[in-house]
Amino acid sequence: MTNSMVDAPPARVPDELTPRPARWAGLRPYLPLVALLVAAILPYSTVNLPGIFEGPLNSPGTLQLLAICLVVGGLAAGYDLLFGRTGMLSFGHALYFAAGVYGTDILVTRAGLPLWQAGLLTVTGGTILAALLGAVALRTVGIAFAMVTLAFAQVGAILVARDFGGLTGGEEGLPLDVSGLPAALVGVTNTVNLYWLALAYLALVVFVVHRVSGSPTGRVLAGLRDDERRIGVLGLDPYRFKLVAFTLSGGLAAAGGVVYCLIVGGASPHITSSELTLSLLVMVVLGGPGTRWGPVLGGVLYMYLDHRLTAFGSSDAVNSLPAFLSHPLSQPLFVLGTVFILAVYFFPGGLASLRTRLHPLLHSLRRP
Amino acid sequence: MTEPILSVQNLSVRIAGLHILQGVSFAVAPNGVTVLLGRNGVGKTTTLRAIVGLTPRNGEVRGTVRMGAQDLLARPTHRLVRGGLGYVPEDRCVFAGLTVAENLRLAERRGTTPAYDKVFALFPELDRRGRQRAGSLSGGQQQMLAIGRVLLNDNRLLLVDEPTKGLAPKVVTEVAEVLERVAESVPVLLVEQNLAVVRRLARDAVVLSAGQVAWTGDAQELLLETALTKSLLGVGSEAPVSARSEPGPPAGPARTKGGTA
Amino acid sequence: MNTVILLALTGLGLAALYFLVASGLSLVFGLADVLNFAHGLFLGVGAYATWWAAGNLPGAGSDGFGFVVAVAFGVLAGALVAVLVELVLIRPLYSRTIEQVLVTVGLSLAGVALLQATWGADPRTFPRPGWTRNVTSVFGANVPNAGLLLIVAAVLVLAGLLAFLQFTRYGLIIRAGVENREMVTALGIDVRKAFTLVFAIGGAAAALAGALGGVYFGTVSPGQGGSLLIFAFIVVVIGGMGSVVGSAYAAVAVGLLQQFVNYYGTSGLGDVCVVGLLAVVLLLRPQGLAGKVAHA
Repeated sequence: MTNSMVDAPPARVPDELTPRPARWAGLRPYLPLVALLVAAILPYSTVNLPGIFEGPLNSPGTLQLLAICLVVGGLAAGYDLLFGRTGMLSFGHALYFAAGVYGTDILVTRAGLPLWQAGLLTVTGGTILAALLGAVALRTVGIAFAMVTLAFAQVGAILVARDFGGLTGGEEGLPLDVSGLPAALVGVTNTVNLYWLALAYLALVVFVVHRVSGSPTGRVLAGLRDDERRIGVLGLDPYRFKLVAFTLSGGLAAAGGVVYCLIVGGASPHITSSELTLSLLVMVVLGGPGTRWGPVLGGVLYMYLDHRLTAFGSSDAVNSLPAFLSHPLSQPLFVLGTVFILAVYFFPGGLASLRTRLHPLLHSLRRP
Repeated sequence: MTEPILSVQNLSVRIAGLHILQGVSFAVAPNGVTVLLGRNGVGKTTTLRAIVGLTPRNGEVRGTVRMGAQDLLARPTHRLVRGGLGYVPEDRCVFAGLTVAENLRLAERRGTTPAYDKVFALFPELDRRGRQRAGSLSGGQQQMLAIGRVLLNDNRLLLVDEPTKGLAPKVVTEVAEVLERVAESVPVLLVEQNLAVVRRLARDAVVLSAGQVAWTGDAQELLLETALTKSLLGVGSEAPVSARSEPGPPAGPARTKGGTA
Repeated sequence: MNTVILLALTGLGLAALYFLVASGLSLVFGLADVLNFAHGLFLGVGAYATWWAAGNLPGAGSDGFGFVVAVAFGVLAGALVAVLVELVLIRPLYSRTIEQVLVTVGLSLAGVALLQATWGADPRTFPRPGWTRNVTSVFGANVPNAGLLLIVAAVLVLAGLLAFLQFTRYGLIIRAGVENREMVTALGIDVRKAFTLVFAIGGAAAALAGALGGVYFGTVSPGQGGSLLIFAFIVVVIGGMGSVVGSAYAAVAVGLLQQFVNYYGTSGLGDVCVVGLLAVVLLLRPQGLAGKVAHA
């Protein structure tokens, strides 16, 4: 936690890498760019990583999985703007993401709009929705706020599931009509373009969150997280700052929904469920709330595990275990939920805190 | 000097990163009233709350607090209270939705007989208003209830935080009278801003300033030195309690924060 | 007219279900500041334990006294799980509100997955006494007995809870603790014992909701608790956190509103109206109908 509001650093920026000799230290600011570059050229690799991915890195299946992971990583980073950086416990984030997914899908498939118009309208609409609902929900604080956001998101889930006006396709979901889309985003061979789109989205979210938390507004948000009363004493209105964070975060989620809709090729009602928001919370906490890379890592890893654990659960290794072990292990959510509970107890800072935790150990190893 | 009932050594409290108490040490005599003085926000309430184990979770307490041979800081609040440390918080904190009788009943303990006789002798009003909701009592009556429920049990030491805050002058006198009688049998550590009450009750004084002990000694002596009281307390010795301009923020650490920052 | 009576009584049946879940949630939140996402799990445990007992437990069955035994077993299982959750998972995080919520979130995910792993994702037919499948004529309206059973159970639970809160020492401690927990400890009371107790009560009530909900719906599935939980949360917020009576009023309002609007409007519109009601209540009375001002 930052100590006082005025001279608080913009955020706890963890250094993901293990300590390096000083001559590399100057490169550190460029590491995010290097990571971005590596991620960008990844699809040119044909490396096969058996056990980690099913096909080579540049196979459509692997790229799609990676693209989903990247979008969710971005989504988690946007959610962290609320949870980790402002201390707001929203249980309704899935709503704005779902608004992005369904908004794009409906505008393209039902209204026949070109993608750029649909995307623009969706993001604008999602942002306005977040601003309106946030304005009501933020009248409450803490746990009540969590419940209210949860209730709002539930309306979204109901609207989608009950298929009002025949727009959403109800329980079946709504496949995206690809006939009007740009050719570069359609078809299995173009999965790589969607991967890049997802990467661009992730980079955008990280950039925005970083800039916001470094700004004076970000310092006020950090102050709200640490002690709301102190912000009030300074004559600043906590409500307005929280509403800004809530709206921005909702807008970013809607943008993520647009990308997700393209990657998955449609919308299905499970993305509206409160389970998605709970998962976001799990990702952020596992990764490290309030850090620059923690939520991204948490999101990518969670999504990856969620997909891969299903395969792991039906693998021979698990099936050969006795039933009381193999059945729970075949449920990704059981494994993730349990890991999450353990993380809350034993790794309060998440993955991002590993380095500081391991630092004394590494230090003692280097100088025996 | 006789062995103190309470000794506070090097007590430091940080809350949300703010160093509110910075190594406070003082002792409370085994009889009479020791008064804890200081301007608003110097950490008087924080001191009492740290002693009784009610520092908020984002706070950090260091140092030692001993009552007799017992180290208090290591123990949970309810144990301390059962061990004879009575606490009357700032702003009364009676349970507004409960009746007066229920408020008192809550303080009863298994295995001991609650001293209703004693309490009702001091505060006959509480007996008469047993079925009334505590929230509908006047400020003075609420203060009587807050003190009364603590006196139902035997105490080795009472911590009393600003019992006259926000009360009408006539009621202030009543509260002071009651505390005077209570202090005949139990030592009291009192936080008080009203110097008339201090003059009437206090034997020893501890003055805090910016999270540290600025002065300790005989309370009556302190009050005689106008210049000293002015510089330490920010008031002339005759200033009435109502002269305080601060609108009274919520109880707890909040009020100490602004002052030390 | 018959339709109105039928809708009113089925709405009250739904309200009864909400109340059974919400009363425990409300007490747990009011006293211990724990927003318990695992509460739906208690409901699931109650439902599955009753379902299991009716088929496997000696003396229990799906009819007559055997069914009472099965439900009692389910309620006991729910209370037991709730107590274990409080002692093992919640108590070590005492007064760390956010971490406690996170743990209950993890538990709700893992717990539902565990139910699913053990008994499958598909709904199971719930054992129920024959008479609960029949209807009773109330002023000419044919009301399902299962709904009436829920109403009766909820009224009994409400009366029992109020009596407990009003006349027992622990009830007094809970009422005081909801108002100001810190001051309860400052009177020398170990308030954590009361936490365990409200978890047990909440777990038992939720488990009863699970068992009787199983009778009402005729099936039991792992996700049932989760969907009910959201409406229970709404009931808790509308009713005011920590207030049992408030939960009862709010449950009735929500149940009736939902039932009537869903019938006379489009299906699903009632659910939306409920959230609208929540928004209105929050705008007019942020602390809920009855109860303390919600705080972080």
